[in-house]
Amino acid sequence: MIEIKDIHKSFGDNEVLKGISGKFEEGVTNLIIGGSGSGKTTLLKCMIGLHQPEKGSVLYDGREFTQLNFEERIEIRKEIGMLFQGSALFDSMTVEENIMFPLNMFTDQARSEKLDRVNFCLERVNLPDKNKLFPAELSGGMKKRVGIARAIAMNPKYLFCDEPNSGLDPKTSIVIDELIKEITEEYKTTTIVVTHDMNSVMGIGDYIIFLHEGKKFWEGSNKEIAKTDIEELNDFVFASRFMKAAKGKF
Amino acid sequence: MNFTNFGKYILLLKAAFRRPEKTKIYLKSIFQQMEFIGVGSLGLISIISTFIGAVMTLQIAFQLVSDFIPKTIIGSVNRDSSILELSPTISAIVLAGKIGSAISSEIGTMRVTEQIDALEIMGINAPGYLILPKIIAGITMVPVLVVISMVLSITGGYLGGTLSGAVSAAEYVQGITTDFNPYTITVALVKAFVFGFIITSVPAYEGFYVKGGALEVAQASTRAVVVSCISILACDYIVTQLLL
Repeated sequence: MIEIKDIHKSFGDNEVLKGISGKFEEGVTNLIIGGSGSGKTTLLKCMIGLHQPEKGSVLYDGREFTQLNFEERIEIRKEIGMLFQGSALFDSMTVEENIMFPLNMFTDQARSEKLDRVNFCLERVNLPDKNKLFPAELSGGMKKRVGIARAIAMNPKYLFCDEPNSGLDPKTSIVIDELIKEITEEYKTTTIVVTHDMNSVMGIGDYIIFLHEGKKFWEGSNKEIAKTDIEELNDFVFASRFMKAAKGKF
Repeated sequence: MNFTNFGKYILLLKAAFRRPEKTKIYLKSIFQQMEFIGVGSLGLISIISTFIGAVMTLQIAFQLVSDFIPKTIIGSVNRDSSILELSPTISAIVLAGKIGSAISSEIGTMRVTEQIDALEIMGINAPGYLILPKIIAGITMVPVLVVISMVLSITGGYLGGTLSGAVSAAEYVQGITTDFNPYTITVALVKAFVFGFIITSVPAYEGFYVKGGALEVAQASTRAVVVSCISILACDYIVTQLLL
């Protein structure tokens, strides 16, 4: 479980996060949603230590991440898998080398064992036999799936996904969402997904935090979100004509 | 570099010199970088050094018009100029352009495409993994390239002098073998070591802290070459002042 308490973060005079708290349980898909500039990616980066919050704490199963030194942070980071918005695959490495990279760095397994793990992860994301391709040879959806395969290579306890559907067609988006949900339930990971994709919200949002202007405006599940009366949330969720028309059916 | 940048540069170097996670992987990376910096630059350094040596000989011969000065001086002046200044400094400036821009662009692109963030999230010390192998390769391969440059520059002088008739082969060889002070080689190697460090660490710093996209990566690359060249010239003066 990951708990955040009263997170504040500013860039110069611009206060991006204004005291955000929340609890993200394991085995469920936790979503952080909000419009552009609402602070969701900043919150994610504060949680994983890429930004240092000015105030507040991030607890990984009770371990206070923001107060840890470099070596102690590394120990927690070994338990984290992350899928980046742009996949962030290492372009100079093949798919196989990308997935094997954390295994090479942190385990003493034999090459055959590591290769088995790579093949298992690739099969898990439905990309068998793509080992020798380079990232430049993959489509956007395939890159995301390789990103997921790399993220789960070390059996992470915590899985973070930054806008996993951005730039993907609706069908591939659903495949990625389902994959994230399956992995979360199968491995009991604490999964946090930052998104503004409404299909993801309605499809996999077991627990949702809605951010608006740097504050937590609402929290609940995808079943509850359709029934809310909060204007800002309704404006965000039912912004499109299709969603407005479908509102009563959720 | 202002003081803030210099402070960030020192902190980045401190992070880069942390204990590696896996020595074997770092060693592999060091050898790859040595190949890139050393073998990859050999052709360019060879051509430049040979021509500089040849041109130096012609220019020294042109300036030594007095009958009271023996022509063996041409070889001596070319030797000392090549060893002490031309080979280390010109090679370093050329390498700053070739290697420095490549290092800055590579690391800068990794930054803007979140590859460095990915390394950090995995628990890998990104400055160590990305920068340390480049610095080690730089401080080992640049001195090797400088030694090769010295030899080729002196050989170029021989070829230029004899082919043009500016100096005879015997006079040139006598010039380069008379009153040779081996300490000049030490000075040149110290310079090469310092330059190797600058050529790799300054562009790595510029690339590591890039913010933005392709335009900013290109700007960082240009800045890396400019700052490296100025740093090389400043350190050249300081090392020469201290050692000679």
